[in-house]
Amino acid sequence: MRLCFTLNGQALDIEAEADRRAVDLLRELGALDVKEGCGTGECGACSVLVDGTHKLSCLMLAAQLQGREVTTAAGLGAPESPHPVQAAFAAHGAVQCGFCTPGMAVAAAALLAQNPDPSREDARRAISGNLCRCTGYVKIVDAVLHAARAARGEEENGDDNGGGAT
Amino acid sequence: MMRADALDKALGRERYALDLAPADCLWAGAFRPGGLSGVAHGRIVRIDATAALAVPGVVRVLTAADVPGTNLQGIMHKDQPVLCGDVIRHAGDPAALVLAKSAQALRAGLAAMRADIAPLPGVFDPVLALKKDAPLVHAGRAGGNLLLGAEIAKGDAAAALKAAPVVVRREFSTPVQEHAFLETQGGFAQLLADGTLDMTVSTQAPFRDRFEIGHALGLDPMRVRVRSPYLGGGFGGKDGATVQCLLALAALHSGGRPVRMSWDREESILAGYKRHAVRLRYALGAERDGTLTALSCSLVYDTGAYAHLGVEVMELGMEHAAGPYRIPNVRVTGRCVYTNNPIAGAFRGFGVAQVSPAFEGLMDELAAKLGMDPAALRRKNALRRGDVNPCGVRLTSSVGLAECLDVMESHEFWTGRTRWRADAPRFARRGTGMACVCDSMGYGRGLADMAIAKVELAEDGGFVVYSGVSDMGQGNAAAFAKLAAQELNQEPGAVHLVQPDTALCHPSGSSSAGRTTYTFGNALLRACAAMRAKLLVRAALPLLADEAASLELAPGVVRRKDDGRSLPLAALARFLTRDDRICVAEFLMPVAQNPPNTGKGFAIGFPHLFFAYAAHLARVEIDELTGRVRVCDYLAVTDGGRVLDRSCFDQQAQGGAAQGLGYALFEDFRLERGRILTRDLSTYLLPGALDLPDIVSLAAAGNEETGPRGLKGVGEVGFDGAAPAVAAAIADACGLRLRHLPFTPERVLAALRRGGKAGRRA
Repeated sequence: MRLCFTLNGQALDIEAEADRRAVDLLRELGALDVKEGCGTGECGACSVLVDGTHKLSCLMLAAQLQGREVTTAAGLGAPESPHPVQAAFAAHGAVQCGFCTPGMAVAAAALLAQNPDPSREDARRAISGNLCRCTGYVKIVDAVLHAARAARGEEENGDDNGGGAT
Repeated sequence: MMRADALDKALGRERYALDLAPADCLWAGAFRPGGLSGVAHGRIVRIDATAALAVPGVVRVLTAADVPGTNLQGIMHKDQPVLCGDVIRHAGDPAALVLAKSAQALRAGLAAMRADIAPLPGVFDPVLALKKDAPLVHAGRAGGNLLLGAEIAKGDAAAALKAAPVVVRREFSTPVQEHAFLETQGGFAQLLADGTLDMTVSTQAPFRDRFEIGHALGLDPMRVRVRSPYLGGGFGGKDGATVQCLLALAALHSGGRPVRMSWDREESILAGYKRHAVRLRYALGAERDGTLTALSCSLVYDTGAYAHLGVEVMELGMEHAAGPYRIPNVRVTGRCVYTNNPIAGAFRGFGVAQVSPAFEGLMDELAAKLGMDPAALRRKNALRRGDVNPCGVRLTSSVGLAECLDVMESHEFWTGRTRWRADAPRFARRGTGMACVCDSMGYGRGLADMAIAKVELAEDGGFVVYSGVSDMGQGNAAAFAKLAAQELNQEPGAVHLVQPDTALCHPSGSSSAGRTTYTFGNALLRACAAMRAKLLVRAALPLLADEAASLELAPGVVRRKDDGRSLPLAALARFLTRDDRICVAEFLMPVAQNPPNTGKGFAIGFPHLFFAYAAHLARVEIDELTGRVRVCDYLAVTDGGRVLDRSCFDQQAQGGAAQGLGYALFEDFRLERGRILTRDLSTYLLPGALDLPDIVSLAAAGNEETGPRGLKGVGEVGFDGAAPAVAAAIADACGLRLRHLPFTPERVLAALRRGGKAGRRA
């Protein structure tokens, strides 16, 4: 089918099989930051934003992207202008192996878009569909709250005033 | 300072093995007939690839007959076929390899494969596997199903137990655990025109992989190039060949085209290595004042169908079986046994994770029996520097267990435990438990633990560090960059890291055993020191200095100390040949001197000299109506020597404890006659963000003089304390002594219903 959608701000008009998994199509289109950890919607590594809503691309078909705006972690920010979530993840030790991180960043960004002042519990709930095997989640939750403060202008991006890092 | 790899990973810019695969790859996939039929042990009567070969896009189907070389892989013991020819020995054993032009064609091809497997009697219980008439996993093997039996004996444990006024005897069991790294096993390979087999793979041991591949496929290991980009998790499960030999075999038959292989989650669970399930029988004796006098135990490790690292895992478990205590009389027997269960191997805590719930469970019961505070009993017996440990090794290295206890006992979670327990809401019970553990660093005596670091002054005046040890997420690569920047007095951004590549870097062992930053870090500091010394001498002429000592290395320059005149490193680099811009240095981990003669049957890797120590505390709340155990608070106090990077240190402690809590409470790997019932992440439950508390990590003050900047590895020890601390907290909450992991709601509820008599067999 002819498939038109926006990927990280870039309008695409491509020929694609309608019943392909979105995760495969996105990766083929170069969005290698979209990871597959399970393929069955359990791990959240393939998280993307579809029209601003957090979705699992392993459970979506290509046709479901028609006319949508898809944002992956790489579309949230760039090296010189990371999304507050990405800056905070890096500054507050939320990243270890990093394989869950793009999906985790997408989930956190979706939370902040809806709730600029989340509680710790809110942050835990927002990432509860994203599995991380490395961190135990503590620093991810820390980072989400730091990102929220940074987005509200209450602290500098990348401040490290609580992680105890040297 | 931020971890060097963190921002790129957060931005989604880091590239893992399969992200780097070329677009024109063939797709390879293993046909695993046991996983479909539910037969874990069977004779291969026939493999029928006719229908598969008729699938459009399927290029080839390879079987054991196509494997050159020995067709046997394995790190220390070569007993695992790359492709099985006669027999499958566990449900995940591969019997054929399908090559196809696309993922879809591969899926269809694999689905069209047929096999006729004649079931053989299987053995699925390691204790039953040792009986005389048990079916043999490896027919005709001289030792039967016993892969290795070994013993540690110090003093006279039997006599000391007989004489001890207080003795506790108990049995425990620990289950299989799945690594469940988010990035499943995978990689790609290509046979180049010059005969080089070039492979990029998610691996913890790229240099060793060459030899495993070479042996199995009859290739010259030095013609195999392995590159190891950042791993999406490893935890031991990528130590040893996963896809490597299959990929290499595929590349030998792909006409020079690159071939990729990635296991999906179900295949990862079906075929990947696991944590060994272990049966443990223990006795611990003490004086009435709590002084430990004797420990005796027997351990049975289920290694599954192949040896893999079974012997080594068991030996390390045996070495730690008596915990971090002074015990004069010790006898530990271990048996590592073949079964038709999934293959067990390395997993964070490498054998030690399994013995910790046992020795700490006994310590807790002993404290209760003696009416002693559980922390006081530990403190009374805690190893200190200069002591002889349970294996007879005099600890000349740093020992910080008492310091860990100091921190833990002064924390409000411990001091406030009575009040907290009393504040339990209705239908809930609360308790606090603690555990002390130690975990060794490095390979141990007899297996040189060495690393070789290479540092290059680049033409742009920056430095390149060639890492010899994979980074599976623990942050060693960032630690290397940080150490090098400090030692060379450069800005962090001036140090560039090359991830392990056997063609560019030097062999430095596996990413494992809490050794990575210690061993490679030491080598790297030496290489950087040599580089600094060299550059000062090379800059002496252009800077008109008579002595190197009058110069210093500063960010981007070599500088005169007297008048500050400087020479940019980029300019200096232009004067030097490439050979001269490179420094290589090595480090060999020290070993125990005058090793005791306590171990019998051990091959290599015994004993160890360096250990990290930890005291862990858990506060749990048990729902009386559902049996659910919620960990409300958790504290990990770790002695890892001096802390190089506090954030990375905490990451290891928190992440290790989180996996340990999964092991203790959530992860219930189910097997039925070798068939895996928990085949995906909807049935094998990993802890999510709502399941874990904010794990608090604290560091005990310490310094390991032999370590780079005084550090010791902390990757392993963080795992070991969780299960025993949770068990102790459950006992504190409701009097139940649970000795069989995991403590799922069903088991806890059943034990609660049995009431006071419970716990004998929870």
